[in-house]
Amino acid sequence: MYSWANGLKQGFKNLFRNRLFTLASIGTITACLFLLGMFYCIVVNFQGIYSEVETTVGVTVFFDSGVKEDQINQIKAQIQARDDVDKVNYTSAEEAWAQYKEKVFPNNKDNILTNLDSDNPLADSASLEVYLKDASSQDQVIDYIKSIDGVRSVNASESAAKNLSSIGKLLGYASAGIIIILLGVAIFLISNTVRIGIAVRHEEIAIMKYLGATDFFVRAPFLVEGMLIGLIGSVIPLCVLRYLYARVVTFVTSQFSLLSALISFTPVGEVFRLLVPITLLIGLGMGFLGSWFTLIRRVRV
Amino acid sequence: MLLIVLDQVSKIYPGNVQALKDVDLKVDKGEFVFVVGQSGSGKTTLFKLLLKELEPTSGNIYINNKNLEQLRHSQVPRFRRGVGVVFQDFRLLKDRNVYENIAFAQRIVGVPAHRIRKNVMTILELVGLREKYRSYPSQLSGGEQQRVAMARALVNNPPLLLADEPTGNLDPKNAWEIMRLLEAVNKRGTTVLVVTHNRNIVERMQKRVVTLSEGQIVADHRKGGYIYV
Repeated sequence: MYSWANGLKQGFKNLFRNRLFTLASIGTITACLFLLGMFYCIVVNFQGIYSEVETTVGVTVFFDSGVKEDQINQIKAQIQARDDVDKVNYTSAEEAWAQYKEKVFPNNKDNILTNLDSDNPLADSASLEVYLKDASSQDQVIDYIKSIDGVRSVNASESAAKNLSSIGKLLGYASAGIIIILLGVAIFLISNTVRIGIAVRHEEIAIMKYLGATDFFVRAPFLVEGMLIGLIGSVIPLCVLRYLYARVVTFVTSQFSLLSALISFTPVGEVFRLLVPITLLIGLGMGFLGSWFTLIRRVRV
Repeated sequence: MLLIVLDQVSKIYPGNVQALKDVDLKVDKGEFVFVVGQSGSGKTTLFKLLLKELEPTSGNIYINNKNLEQLRHSQVPRFRRGVGVVFQDFRLLKDRNVYENIAFAQRIVGVPAHRIRKNVMTILELVGLREKYRSYPSQLSGGEQQRVAMARALVNNPPLLLADEPTGNLDPKNAWEIMRLLEAVNKRGTTVLVVTHNRNIVERMQKRVVTLSEGQIVADHRKGGYIYV
């Protein structure tokens, strides 16, 4: 019991004994976890947008001339039966023509193209719009549809899905790389801070050994010190990120109304529900590892 | 009954520096022993071996019938709690007062808080510093600081007290007082082993004297004075 109490008390004291190194370590962890949090916020929002886009990324299927509506409905049911397909909408040739007219001359009751209604130029343009559950399965779905009899062509917004997916991956790799480097630097700095603490308290540690202190008794204050550095270094970026996230969302939605109509930001609560425990755990973990590596090498009774 | 047994103990440091060579030594429980010798004779190495701070290159050391070589790392703290240690330079924590310096030793071994105060004040009474329990080391004389160090070494009631040059930093009057205190502790049943250079003290005390020279025991007098080697 006293070992824990002593560890906590001395750990707090150690923070102030090597103020400069403590500040450097806290600063590095703060920078590291701030970047981690920032990338996390971006990735979470990106994923939100990506999932939205996924549901809107569709595949349009056109049919050979002469394929009847019954046959198209059969094909529709066949495609619908796949697990990776979300929904399939049928657009008849007449609907396609009506949509085209509306697109070319919007809100015009006396549409000049109405003259062509009896001889629909898009007679062979009945189509199925296939919406996928997951954009990554697009290629398989397209191959499958192309293999169905009566299908003339398949149009897909292939590049949009692939670009989104690859940007997401690139962002993930880049952020992971930067974070790993910063984590390494932070652990090194904590290790250095603890090493200096050990040097400063060298005499006291020697006395403790002679008096029969256990490894745990001697090491506990340094472990506490490292973990406190990690904890403080994780609370600071969380507070800053919480403040900035709300500000950025407010700024973007008020200043760029067009952009805010296209994308919706992930709510603060949802982002921080996972970010808070992750950041605190990483901070404490780094503090623990940084001090532990030094202690097992340098403090042994 | 034997408390310390050194059986053919040798210690060779890296670079083939021989500090101790085939040392045989037996110390009974309750004995008072001086270990004397010139610088480099192996006194400090012997001291460190008895604390299991160093491992012998060959031979065995038994304390209280326990072979130190067979102690696991996790058993070392418990072993050291049975050995009180006093150094020439006192090694007190300068940022803590007399009471805290001694209570620290009790806390390390897990003595309950309500017993610490009683134990500390009792041991301060023994060393004659009860009134100065609030003083910091810087406010004490050398002799007083050494008495605090002795109180710290004795507060956990170790059966063995090792003192490395305990009078080295003291004037003759304070040195003699410390020796009288060590003698009083010895009379209470604690085995005392003192490493020293202080010829006057050794001759005056008339206790057992083990003389080391070049890592070997060259004399062991049951009740002798300082041997010149």
